[in-house]
Amino acid sequence: MTEHHHDERATCRELLKSLSDFIDGNLDESLCVEIEKHMAECDRCQVVVDTLRKTVELYQNIYPAPPVPDEVRQRLFVRLNLDDFLSRRQPEH
Amino acid sequence: MVETAQQDNLSLAAIQAGDRAEFARLVDLYSAPIYRLALRILGEPRDAEDVLQETFIKAYRHLKDFEGRSSISTWLYRIASNEAFMALRKRKPEAVSVDEEISTVDGEREPVQIEDWCCLPEAEFLSAESREHLDLAVGNLSPALKMVFMLRDIEGLSVRETAESLHISEAAVKTRLLRARLQLREELSQYYGERLKEVKQA
Repeated sequence: MTEHHHDERATCRELLKSLSDFIDGNLDESLCVEIEKHMAECDRCQVVVDTLRKTVELYQNIYPAPPVPDEVRQRLFVRLNLDDFLSRRQPEH
Repeated sequence: MVETAQQDNLSLAAIQAGDRAEFARLVDLYSAPIYRLALRILGEPRDAEDVLQETFIKAYRHLKDFEGRSSISTWLYRIASNEAFMALRKRKPEAVSVDEEISTVDGEREPVQIEDWCCLPEAEFLSAESREHLDLAVGNLSPALKMVFMLRDIEGLSVRETAESLHISEAAVKTRLLRARLQLREELSQYYGERLKEVKQA
């Protein structure tokens, strides 16, 4: 691991604020270049960025998009007095 | 659920004029994402179903007031997130604040766990134990952070849509999202960091 000097630590703190935007690809190119340059010299920040990305990815993988169970839909339609439309199922988002 | 009513050829005017068939179409189009969100926030299928029903009952009642300034999906999310927060408040009144304090003097906590566990064998991430830790970590998020994380990272809403759904500023969405992600990363790093050591020793 890289030894941290005071100014490097300040850069790490600055980077922390932009991390979400960085991993989402929502940062200005110049700022991205700056972050990538810093990460090339700072193992610590590189690990934080990599594991943060992996964290989001893991959650996106474990949460599939299940449909509403049939009985839940049925009770919903009854509650809304829409039972006469129960047979027509629409594609879901 | 970022599609708009226009793309679904849903006629808002017809629904507002009392067309029940069109309202049924709206319910079918949006009940899955609403149910999903409620289930992830509340954890209990029974509670999620209550939120689902209340959301559409309120939507039906207030459709005439919907002015179309935001998309219909954002509007439905807003009702649903309010309902979910209310359900949480019923369970634990002291623990739930929608307008959670989000700014601290010194900003985000610095990362503590610095283990590069990304290189773990893929099977490690698919185990039942791993899943348990993922659920546990997300369960430790405050309701306000969890809601932003679910809408933005899991449902895929944009920052703006998330802000409109929760009636908070875009800056607040960004702060909460970062905080949620960092907290999850910290907790997962503890678990996967240990796994990494064990895998290396084996």
